[in-house]
Amino acid sequence: MLPETVNPPFRRIQVDDTGRLTHFLTIEGLGREQLIGILDAAKKFVPSPGDSLNKSSALLAGHTVVNLFFEDSTRTRTTFEIAGKRLGAEVISLNTARLSTRKGESVLDTVRTLEAMDTDIFVVRDGASGTAHLIAKHVPADVHIINAGDGRHAHPTQAMLDMFTIREHKGDISKLRFAIVGDILHSRVARSQIHALNTLGAKEVRVIAPATLLPTEIESLGVSALTDLDAGLENIDVVMMLRLQLERMEGQLIPSTQEYFRCYGMTMERLNRAAPEAVVMHPGPMNRGLEIASNVADSERSLILSQVTNGIAVRMAIMAQLVQGGPKGGRQ
Amino acid sequence: MKIVIRGGRVIDPANNIDQVRDLFIDDSRIADPQLAGSDFTADQTIDATDKVVCPGLIDLQARLREPGEEHKATMQSELSAAVAGGVTSVCVPPDTNPVIDTPAMVHMVRQRGRRIEKARVYPLGALTIGLKGEQLTDMATLRDAGCTALSNVDRSIDNTLVMRRAMQYASTFDLTVFLTALDPWLKGNGCVHEGEVSTRLGLPAIPEAAEIVALARELALIETTGTRGYITQLSCARSVSKIGEAKARGLSVTAGVSAHHLHLSEKDIGEFDTRCHVIPPLRGSVDRDALREGLASGILDVICSDHQPHGLDAKLAPFSESAPGIAGLETLLSLTLKLVNEGVLSLSDALAKVTANPAQILGINIGQLGPEAPADICVFDPTSSWQVNAAQLYSNGSNTPFDQQSLPGIVETTLVAGEVRFSRR
Repeated sequence: MLPETVNPPFRRIQVDDTGRLTHFLTIEGLGREQLIGILDAAKKFVPSPGDSLNKSSALLAGHTVVNLFFEDSTRTRTTFEIAGKRLGAEVISLNTARLSTRKGESVLDTVRTLEAMDTDIFVVRDGASGTAHLIAKHVPADVHIINAGDGRHAHPTQAMLDMFTIREHKGDISKLRFAIVGDILHSRVARSQIHALNTLGAKEVRVIAPATLLPTEIESLGVSALTDLDAGLENIDVVMMLRLQLERMEGQLIPSTQEYFRCYGMTMERLNRAAPEAVVMHPGPMNRGLEIASNVADSERSLILSQVTNGIAVRMAIMAQLVQGGPKGGRQ
Repeated sequence: MKIVIRGGRVIDPANNIDQVRDLFIDDSRIADPQLAGSDFTADQTIDATDKVVCPGLIDLQARLREPGEEHKATMQSELSAAVAGGVTSVCVPPDTNPVIDTPAMVHMVRQRGRRIEKARVYPLGALTIGLKGEQLTDMATLRDAGCTALSNVDRSIDNTLVMRRAMQYASTFDLTVFLTALDPWLKGNGCVHEGEVSTRLGLPAIPEAAEIVALARELALIETTGTRGYITQLSCARSVSKIGEAKARGLSVTAGVSAHHLHLSEKDIGEFDTRCHVIPPLRGSVDRDALREGLASGILDVICSDHQPHGLDAKLAPFSESAPGIAGLETLLSLTLKLVNEGVLSLSDALAKVTANPAQILGINIGQLGPEAPADICVFDPTSSWQVNAAQLYSNGSNTPFDQQSLPGIVETTLVAGEVRFSRR
């Protein structure tokens, strides 16, 4: 029998030998306790009504957070900025386009330059899968990398805020059935959601899309793949819509946006096929009338605005855990 | 200069020889052992007790980066790597800069190779000018300049009529055509096999259809033109069966595989290990196993290194933006021997895939140890192993996923044209 791989099994670089979280790159490989720990910690960062600043705001005092966004994003970058500032950190945001082809070394050069300025946390977003991993492999042990989205690979903080929102509104994830609908192929959000839901023991996870937008062997991630949205919504408690990334729709993946909405757009009529009191989520920004009808997005069944609010608290919890070293505590 | 290699296990697959005996070299050629016999006075004796003595390896695909990319590597560095790995002949694809599409370029590459006095260099001529897939090169002229085979490397000839004409014209002059089966549209910007790993890591994928569709076209053209075709570097299980069917129908087709595809699969990419970024991509373990079976059954004829040395920076990038390729010249023999240790091939059959078979495809009288054959010889220790240290390879490229692994077979001495060109100290 041949071994599975020739190389020794890779060490997951986001967890150190004692099981402590050193980077936050992907949900894959993290344990249930680790995820629950972050979700529980995030609760105390949700401001109660009338509470302007919460009491934990000095956790990152004296620390520097650099938002390094090689791919633009207003929403994610802003919530990370707010999260860092509420924890008392210095926050710097850099939006720098980079030349993508064969210029990858500039990613590391940029990071090394900023590292020299005593950065503690880099929040990295890039259009290529694996950029956050690449950076994490090349920074000193006391520098932490948070993946704010890499190519089609992972968007772990988005998945965590989705889990937080689901727990807040629907309770225990292990009692629920989920459908992730739309452009699975290009979606880093979907991949992270799948890992998070499975780690937290979801009853069932379905992905629903036309065959052109379903990645090969997606079942290997622990989901069932369906192409019929109407049938696929049956008994579903939480519908997680994805943004149709029109800029990535190269190569005839869908014939037209009209046909897409007809077959895969979320309408109230469709949502009624799901379980009673099913809710709808969307990572934003939404294409109204393309993947989701406005009356669904704005209805009381939609958790979309809660997702945004919770994004700050969850990101605060992740930053705090990295710097504090999680439950084991104590970075110098 | 007369040399005798004493007491080694001589394995010469082309002549069906596998026995312990002395090998005599007179000047640049193998001497007839009957004639050499008693009155052979050797100027040099090489003790090969407990070693294997075989024809020097012939690598049908190795980039030396010269001319055009000397910042990555040079013929000097890469031909030194070749002989250190027991490789005595190297086929250079025409995608140098400038492209090998004129007799002047053929002469230049051959002459430069000769001057370095390491391994032999066989430049492949381009099938189309500038590899653009539009206009045929002066093939007869390229042949007369020293090309025995032509190739468009991985630049596809999109226009099927141009491909058909290229094959017809090449066959007119008895030239073998090297073909890479990779459909450019299906490949797109893909960088890994379309499968579990591309899905998990979210990397742009190359479906197996990219290879099979292109292979079907090339086989149809080979069949209908009667051209002699060599399909380089297959990666899929389905391709192996397609080649098997084509051979059974009597097509004059041969096929090869690169050494890394026989030992690695998509799983080795792990967490974005750019050293495993190769084209064609590492595919599933089912494919890897089918490639092994294809070698064992004789459907696949050749193992090549697909040597592509890179500087360090080329792999320090997000996976899709890293440069594809593995520096493989120095691990070709060991990875071939590993197949023997793992029970895939007999030692003699394994060595045939890197000696006699590639020689036959090139139509050159190398890769064998019969009387009067050029004395290109590899002497290696089959029972010892070595630890790959990427930083200490002779090649300028340290891009190998086999770094730090223990591999079987240590090259002791390499001779080219009867001269010792490498000797392990």
